[in-house]
Amino acid sequence: MRTIPIAPVASAFSDCEESGIVPKQNLPLARREFLKGSGILMGTLAAGSVLAGLAPSTVWAVELKTLSQAEGETLMAMARTIYPHKKLPDAVYAILAKDLDGAASGSADTANMLREGVSNLNSMAGGNFKKASDAKKLAIVKGLEGSTFFGAVRGQCVTSVYNNDMAFAVFGFPGSAWEKGGYITRGFQDLKWLPAPPKSASPSAYMG
Amino acid sequence: MASIAFNDDSAVVIIGSGAGGGTLANELCQKGIKVVVLEAGARQSPQSFVNDEWKSFGQLAWLDPRTTSGTWRVAKDFSGLPAWICKTVGGSTTHWAGASLRLQEHEFRAKTVYGDIKGANLLDWPITLSELEPYYAKAENKMGVTRTNGIPGLPGNNNFKVMYAGAKKMGYKEVHTGNMAINSQPRDGRGRCMQLGFCFQGCKSGAKWSTLYTEIPKAEATGNLDLRPESHVTRIEHNDKGLVSGVVYFDKDGKEQRQKARVVCVAGNSIETPRLLLLSASNMFADGLANSSGQVGRNYMRHMTGSVYAAFKDPVHMYRGTTMAGIIRDESFHNPKRGFVGGYEMETLSLGLAFMPAFLDPGAWGAEYAWWMDHYTNLAGMWLVGEDMPRETNRITLNTNVKDKWGSPVPNVHFDDHENDIVMRNHAFTQGERIYQAAGAIKTYRTPPYPSTHNLGTCRISANARDGVANKWGQTHDIPNLFISDGSQFTTGGAENPTLTIVSLAIRQADYIAKQITERAI
Repeated sequence: MRTIPIAPVASAFSDCEESGIVPKQNLPLARREFLKGSGILMGTLAAGSVLAGLAPSTVWAVELKTLSQAEGETLMAMARTIYPHKKLPDAVYAILAKDLDGAASGSADTANMLREGVSNLNSMAGGNFKKASDAKKLAIVKGLEGSTFFGAVRGQCVTSVYNNDMAFAVFGFPGSAWEKGGYITRGFQDLKWLPAPPKSASPSAYMG
Repeated sequence: MASIAFNDDSAVVIIGSGAGGGTLANELCQKGIKVVVLEAGARQSPQSFVNDEWKSFGQLAWLDPRTTSGTWRVAKDFSGLPAWICKTVGGSTTHWAGASLRLQEHEFRAKTVYGDIKGANLLDWPITLSELEPYYAKAENKMGVTRTNGIPGLPGNNNFKVMYAGAKKMGYKEVHTGNMAINSQPRDGRGRCMQLGFCFQGCKSGAKWSTLYTEIPKAEATGNLDLRPESHVTRIEHNDKGLVSGVVYFDKDGKEQRQKARVVCVAGNSIETPRLLLLSASNMFADGLANSSGQVGRNYMRHMTGSVYAAFKDPVHMYRGTTMAGIIRDESFHNPKRGFVGGYEMETLSLGLAFMPAFLDPGAWGAEYAWWMDHYTNLAGMWLVGEDMPRETNRITLNTNVKDKWGSPVPNVHFDDHENDIVMRNHAFTQGERIYQAAGAIKTYRTPPYPSTHNLGTCRISANARDGVANKWGQTHDIPNLFISDGSQFTTGGAENPTLTIVSLAIRQADYIAKQITERAI
């Protein structure tokens, strides 16, 4: 799992479950050096959301090196159509745009493929994919299933959208357990809505 | 640790350091035999393992190029990754879940018991359960298998609680936290399970048995082992008498080396082992080493597999604790009334949030799929694993169109499910869903097979040289000083997770090799 510098790191979220203490992280804001890039994706974490409640600032920003801001935003909208999660902030889908931008920076063919795909999305939406209704977006993306462009974006979503600190926090997966001593004393058998199995099937834990 | 000269032809060379190779190495070293282990992967340790699914995958998995063909769904979903096995010291014992089950008596006699099954190349094993039982006992003791040798079972986690409740409502009888090679209490210098939930990523507490920190250091302590990590073998050589004489490999610096050998034992898992025999073809052995039967690479088995995930109204947190936390054994017996031969096991399984979207239903997307991720904390999961049919056409071949970085043709893995596998999978899916429904599931999901973790049968042992590659000791029929020492030996797959049987066969093979060396037969 990666930490990309637009959000607090995972341990910040997972620790608080136990201790109630929330270590604050510094979210980098748009700085002068961003202007060297080809585009900037920016946004704010919704006030009151699980992430905003933990972060010292709600503003996030991601720099693109090859794709334009509009292209990045269109890819984000496509990702939200492929894996629609109301609970996930745009910041998570921005990771997808950043990762695809990284691939585009490494290969002109990939850059062209993504640009063509984005322009295709827009023309099928009659000009602006981002502004289309959810139903229209879904119909357009469905029509692209099986294409290289769709495959590249969906495939990248699997790691970009889900394998990051914010997604872990939103979906409730605490990540690495080793440094916290595992779950032997932290609820590995705390489920109460079903009866506990007998000791013959599930013996007590050895506690020394 | 020993340092054995390249031109020393008195040592046993073992290719691979996993359940088969690592165990065999230790057993031989304990008997005073010099051993060189050539392991393609690097050496990690519990300290270097990471509780991070993708990072760990990059650290441990065998990622050299492979190709796939056939109608199995893995060929579509993971065309370059037919198997989820490891390239590291300790092999896939770093990644395995720890389930340690003996094969059942009838599973050694699959052809006799199941009869002639169309499209299957069934054969009885050349050994029986009773011949293997003493070695199973030794393996269980060595590995510290729970519910054997007075070792208590592991405590069940939430995922097991759900499975248990549903199974009991279904009337299943044999449901418990399994026979696991994971310490439920400290043993053999290793601590007890901390319920980390990252069994597949290398056990950071060392509670799960792996040759990496059991067999290999014990072998090193004898002074008889020369372990060479990052040594990729490309060829086994033979002399003009038709006996193997040494191996060619590339060392960690990419330098080609030649190690002489008295005996060569191949334990590279069921894809690399037959590949290496095929890559070693010569004028004398035009179809590859030990391939007079034509069976090298054939009868590739991967177990009938699938998973069922279920969503509940209330939280489960299945990721907490032992990944394979419990088992239902009631469907593991042979009962043809169900519409198929052989049986299957049901074992809890969980995936972390990083792997879940990659494996729940590869390629799927949309709101329905997102719903499952939204309910991650309320999911429970189980893996279904059963006997699949050996087929001559399911096989490992050399794909001469694609070369790896050493210039060798990559292995192609061809697999078509047998009708029996399909009927069994559907039965298992249905039962798995019923179990979770009985426990109160609001929705269930049939997850297709992951890339193969149980790779078996591609150099099978047989009573008759015409039916298989090696004899009942894993000694190849054609070349007396060449041995098969991993799961490739399996004549048929059985329903059980194969590691305990691989380890038992390795202990038994070590006795045989030592005796043959003493008698100067090899």
